Amino acid sequence: MSVKAYDAGVKEYRDMYWTPDYVPLDTDLLACFKCTGQPGVPREEVAAAVAAESSTGTWSTVWSELLTDLEYYKGRAYRIEDVPGDSESFYAFIAYPIDLFEEGSITNVLTSLVGNVFGFKALKHLRLEDIRFPIAYIKTCMGPPNGIQVERDKFNKYGRPLLGATIKPKLGLSAKNYGRAVYECLRGGLDLTKDDENVNSQPFMRWRDRFEFVGEAIQKAQQETGERKGHYMNVTAPDPEQMYERAEFAKEVGCPIIMHDFLTGGFTANTGLAKWCRRNGMLLHIHRAMHAVIDRHPKHGIHFRVLAKCLRLSGGDQLHTGTVVGKLEGDRASTLGFVDQLRESFVPEDRARGVFFDQDWGSMPGVFAVASGGIHVWHMPALVTIFGDDSCLQFGGGTQGHPWGNAAGAAANRVALEACVKARNQGRELEKESRDILTEAARNSPELAIAMETWKEIKFEFETVDKLDVG
Amino acid sequence: MANMYEMGDFQTAETLETFGFLPPLTPDEIQDQIAYIIAQGWTPAIEHEHPSKSTNDYWTMWKLPFFGETSLENVLRELEACHRSYPDHHVRLLGYDNYTQSQGSAFVVFEGRG
Repeated sequence: MSVKAYDAGVKEYRDMYWTPDYVPLDTDLLACFKCTGQPGVPREEVAAAVAAESSTGTWSTVWSELLTDLEYYKGRAYRIEDVPGDSESFYAFIAYPIDLFEEGSITNVLTSLVGNVFGFKALKHLRLEDIRFPIAYIKTCMGPPNGIQVERDKFNKYGRPLLGATIKPKLGLSAKNYGRAVYECLRGGLDLTKDDENVNSQPFMRWRDRFEFVGEAIQKAQQETGERKGHYMNVTAPDPEQMYERAEFAKEVGCPIIMHDFLTGGFTANTGLAKWCRRNGMLLHIHRAMHAVIDRHPKHGIHFRVLAKCLRLSGGDQLHTGTVVGKLEGDRASTLGFVDQLRESFVPEDRARGVFFDQDWGSMPGVFAVASGGIHVWHMPALVTIFGDDSCLQFGGGTQGHPWGNAAGAAANRVALEACVKARNQGRELEKESRDILTEAARNSPELAIAMETWKEIKFEFETVDKLDVG
Repeated sequence: MANMYEMGDFQTAETLETFGFLPPLTPDEIQDQIAYIIAQGWTPAIEHEHPSKSTNDYWTMWKLPFFGETSLENVLRELEACHRSYPDHHVRLLGYDNYTQSQGSAFVVFEGRG
């Protein structure tokens, strides 16, 4: 390599970090950012600045750069593309050499890629749209503690989506009354119930009491129905020590699955808990509180497909993905795009689904997609169509709001789910024939008939805020 | 609605997992499900077990999985033969999916009299 002289001062980023002739290596980590620069800043300079600030660069040349080979370590902006239908923004594609990142550390990857660069003054907005993780990096991550196949075997659930519910009201129940609500849901036909995300260990219900009563609810429901049951015991805690203490106790009371909030808890906590789950044969359900703060703005933040990929690497057996049809935001094509990232072993580039890169997952286990939030029996045909079997459909209000109570509400949902699966297998078009399929099923289920009557008018039809970029 | 005296009493039932909440499938409906298993490229297989042991992971296999089977009638005939041999056992049909190394389908076709 040639010897360089030290030349103090400020250089344009593009001199070093804009490399349009670069052909990315199979081992490079690739990222696509949607950039919106300040007026007057050329695109190449913006893209190069993003590459520099998220890798080796700083605003000024420093002498110690000459002690290393920055050509080896630097990130490179290698392509710029128009954003369809948006003249203000553009996509910048950046390649990072794998040695920039600590093995198996999603925390480290994100600290680099979405660190200081997001506050950079030359940018009005910046959004991380997608990351292509090289298979070499994926192999350094443990990923889901169990994965879809192991979870099905442990739960003995085949050929259909799992059925769940979040226990309501979200806050305020005593542990014994809470366990009652769980037991009623499980005996009625749900596979799983869930702590709400903000149920941790408040004064009205301490975690140990909750785990004990819910543990009994699970065992009793299993004995009576002959089916396997579980409750996502939320072990999200103020510190890792308490998190592990709760996880150990959940295992002790015989619950097969625990739960964590990966964004508020953080990736380091999440990865640690996932490894604990692998060692202890426990399943891990992942909630995503705070995601919309990060992923909803179409021009700033991180797209959820990136957070979903990061979660699969950090570790979780189930992840919330939205419902498309319920009360929470979620574009259909975009949702299908990141659901694939959770479950498949290879996902090809598909701009119609917002997928910017081919992604090879190798042998990494798959993650169940969880659809939860404002859904009820009328949504069942659409949910089964959209999410398929490797999903967990969760009806909170749609179970516990049933006029006869939780058990009947659970049965109504289970009948609707099984009727949809049966009809799909028979080759019927679920979304077109939804009314007929549910009406036929309700003839043998008064619980379903009443659920259909109760929720017949409830829809959530608002325009999606974060749409895919199309011309 | 909300009249508490008009409410039904929901009784807990032993439900045996997938399709446990539907009325027993008719012979035509069973054929449809076998056809689905075959169309997915899965391997039909039959297992049976006494109801007292139905919560075990392993039920007893009826012969071997029917690798390469494409005939609905053959599978149906084996299901009935298994049921005749073990009338007091539950009999279930599975579809082995060798890509996911899981079962793409599994449901009880005949409930044993116990």
